[in-house]
Amino acid sequence: MYNPTVARLTYRALLGRRRALILFALPALLIVISAAVRGFTGVDDKVAADLLGGFALATMVPLIGVIAGTGAIGPEIDDGSIVYLLSKPVKRPTIILTKLIVAIAVTMAFSAIPTLIAGFILNGNGQQIAVAYTVAALVASIAYSALFLLLGTVSRHAVVFGLVYALIWESLFGSLVSGAKTLSVQQWALALAEKVAGQGYVDASVGLPTAVVLLIVVTVGATAYAGQKLRRLTLAGEE
Amino acid sequence: MTIIDIDHTSRWFGNVVAVNDVTMRIGPGVTGLLGPNGAGKSTLINMMGGFLAPSTGTVTLDGAPIWRNEQVYKQIGVVPEREAMYDFLTGREFVVANAELHGLDAADAQRALATVEMEYAQDRKISTYSKGMRQRVKMASALVHDPSVLLLDEPFNGMDPRQRMQLMDLLRRMGDEGRTVLFSSHILEEVEQLASHIEVVVAGRHAASGDFRKIRRLMTDRPHRYLIRSSDDRALAAALIADPSTAGIEVDLKEGALRIQAVDFGRFTELLPQVARAHGIRLLTVSPSDESLESVFSYLVAA
Repeated sequence: MYNPTVARLTYRALLGRRRALILFALPALLIVISAAVRGFTGVDDKVAADLLGGFALATMVPLIGVIAGTGAIGPEIDDGSIVYLLSKPVKRPTIILTKLIVAIAVTMAFSAIPTLIAGFILNGNGQQIAVAYTVAALVASIAYSALFLLLGTVSRHAVVFGLVYALIWESLFGSLVSGAKTLSVQQWALALAEKVAGQGYVDASVGLPTAVVLLIVVTVGATAYAGQKLRRLTLAGEE
Repeated sequence: MTIIDIDHTSRWFGNVVAVNDVTMRIGPGVTGLLGPNGAGKSTLINMMGGFLAPSTGTVTLDGAPIWRNEQVYKQIGVVPEREAMYDFLTGREFVVANAELHGLDAADAQRALATVEMEYAQDRKISTYSKGMRQRVKMASALVHDPSVLLLDEPFNGMDPRQRMQLMDLLRRMGDEGRTVLFSSHILEEVEQLASHIEVVVAGRHAASGDFRKIRRLMTDRPHRYLIRSSDDRALAAALIADPSTAGIEVDLKEGALRIQAVDFGRFTELLPQVARAHGIRLLTVSPSDESLESVFSYLVAA
């Protein structure tokens, strides 16, 4: 269910394109801000939680998820080069699963690790805040990757839709409409972080059991559907 | 023996019928799929390559359906028309990746690169390749697993004459080895030079099938129309109409020219200069007015 050649091509495509710069820029920004905050305000658990929750988990993780998830397959479908993967005796679900694993690995590497580093810079993992948000980032990486990989498989405008979901739905509606919070990867991930961090530092609006079930359903569902989409993918000619 | 069978196959996109009830059988040797742009050639090749489901009918490889059957790619090699490849790889990396996806190794990739004579540039990035080099690397990627079927969509597009000849030699060799080679083209001369067998599609329909001589004859025997300007149109018209090779002449006053319909192409082309000379008429313009492929093809459909 994992094809190392597909993985290698996907890694190189993801990290070789110009949009990969965002993969490096966002974590760098987080770490710079964290260092600055630590320098100006000193150790403050509340500030640490706010920064990791407000910037790392709410903005950086979904953005990196969009880039890695859609980038793992979208450009290949757009320009037609996916034909070189499809014209091989390789099962289509294997292609999707491999690309998902790569997207998850990239998202985790560029979001969870910087989150952990930033957390340690901010308050030295006081109240387990760094670890809590790192766990949240890891979990969110999986769900975002699956969602955005599916998006990359079904739409030519995957990046736009991904950004709309990540920034407008999760950030804007999520903070205005309480119902939207239930359908938000960010909140599901926060539910896990809430269990890890000290009391009162992380606030999730979804219960842990609901969060876990939804995370699994979305990840498995999106991946299975993407596999099906790829099996039925038709390549129209240029006529 | 590897045979692709297309049986009463149609494919439509919304309201547009791209392929209309086509039945054809592609066997070993080189077959040319000829038709004007938009005739449905790519749609047919995409169905043969398993990238498109037939709306009705079946497309099979030795009896096995091609759509949603990854196993057929052990036998099929595909050279797509689109340019996009993994441009950030070198030619060698690209072909090696294709070999690995077939469960083969770098040695097979090297052999394929040698077959298309691309070893000299194999360590350059694909993004630096010319159109012809890309085409050859695409060929190599399609040949790594030594397929018995090779499908090529407009492989000569944008190639210079030398590259064209090289690729033709290669395809001819593949056909002689008993492989089933199918390529599409909208240029008759290309198909004629390479394919012993031709399938013609026009407007989604299967218009003609057979060897190129038969199709060539159909094409040259059709009535030809010419637009001719001369120093004395009426005298020329009178002299030409006396010969049975000319079926009709119209004096187009607005254009200041003659519109001539010739029924015997060979005879007419010999007659015209002779008649002009005998009557002391200077020919100013002689141009075929319906040589567009579409008109040639539409004649074939009617035949």
